[in-house]
Amino acid sequence: MAEEVVLLDFRPSPFGMRSRIALAEKGIKYEYKEEDLRNKSALLLQMNPVHKKIPVLIHNGKPVCESLIQVQYIDEVWHDKAPLLPSDPYQKATARFWADYVDKKIYDLGSRVWKTKGEEQATAKKEFIETLKLMEKELGDKPYFGGESLGYVDVAFIPFYSWFYAYEKCGNFSIEAECPKLIAWAKRCMQKESVAKSLPDQQKVYDFILEMKKRFGIE
Amino acid sequence: MAESNVMLLGTWASPFVLRVKIALRLKSVNYEYHEENLPESKSDLLLKSNPVYKKVPVLIHGHNPICESLIIVEYIDEVWTTSASSILPSDAYERAQSRFWAAYVEDKFSTALRRVLFGTTEEDKRAAMAEVSEGILLLEEAFVKLSKGRAFFGGENIGFVDIVFGSLLAWIEVIEKLSEMKLISEAKTPRLVQWADFFSAHEAVKDVSPAVDKLVEFALKLGARVLKATAPTN
Repeated sequence: MAEEVVLLDFRPSPFGMRSRIALAEKGIKYEYKEEDLRNKSALLLQMNPVHKKIPVLIHNGKPVCESLIQVQYIDEVWHDKAPLLPSDPYQKATARFWADYVDKKIYDLGSRVWKTKGEEQATAKKEFIETLKLMEKELGDKPYFGGESLGYVDVAFIPFYSWFYAYEKCGNFSIEAECPKLIAWAKRCMQKESVAKSLPDQQKVYDFILEMKKRFGIE
Repeated sequence: MAESNVMLLGTWASPFVLRVKIALRLKSVNYEYHEENLPESKSDLLLKSNPVYKKVPVLIHGHNPICESLIIVEYIDEVWTTSASSILPSDAYERAQSRFWAAYVEDKFSTALRRVLFGTTEEDKRAAMAEVSEGILLLEEAFVKLSKGRAFFGGENIGFVDIVFGSLLAWIEVIEKLSEMKLISEAKTPRLVQWADFFSAHEAVKDVSPAVDKLVEFALKLGARVLKATAPTN
């Protein structure tokens, strides 16, 4: 059966990157459509009327919204290649827990790092580093969060690596100095074609952040 | 069916804990329940089992702690498998739809409910109430789509969205009582009115749901204040 897969996305979005990585890991051919978030397409509004956000995965005309739900869907439908979630229910629950932790903490704290200054930024940086250290602890000595191969948590988390340079420049700090093991993990992930092709260049993300700061009048 | 050491750490008023109770009852799993005295004190077991958030519910299965109510419910569904009572649908696309609506209830809807009760400013409470009303209309639409004419979001049987949304019904009633306004009304959301009745009466739900008047008392003690209805009619 001819599968038709479309991804409505926005290049700098770490959430979009998750789905890109999952699709690449499974070797799925798909059509990538870049959205202009200030002028959302009729298709996006039709396919995600509730949130009107990217990414949206459209499989044979049917939309799947929310990046982690998409990654699980991709993993379940194309299950014979590169499994992302473990089959053991407890390990699966653990993977879901940490992906959810990334969702709850990383994006918001990272945003506060580049959007704020002074006292507020100092607090955000501290909390952000604490979060990264907890992830580092969870990684332990494993090459990936998924164990020997890239897994669900890796896919959920690695996109934020493309934003690290921007966070560091805006916050004037070094993530590698605080979390060397995490950076080693990130570089290991970047060796994989599925990841390298899905993440934008860190400088480009920084340029995007600078543009956002200008647009919103943030110094 | 393998009997296991199953323990649930919870608090009686928590809708998140209620989700787990319902799921365990649906699967006929025997479990030991431990009431935590939050926020005054957290048991050593809770701190050890959920060091990241220190919150309930926590399901402890054997030696393994599982945290976060949605994750726990999926875990329960995957461990205790009898096709008669499957919580998530078997079709991958339908599963994605269920997870989407469960996430919507969890991320957007329940935070709005909390702000209606505990929001710091009148403006915030008003905005939250509008979000709740909007959310219920969306959920009515979702119900029509997902239920396909049957009694529950899950179809013939209670499913994931039923559990995640249904666990909030008692708290919705608390808000209705305090605001003197119907949130789930015959006029605007007739399918949800019927669904709420079916859900509340279900075997797996009725004996574990907290009493609404006790919740009202509890909410007021916590400092809840709900704006009375001034909005245009239901």
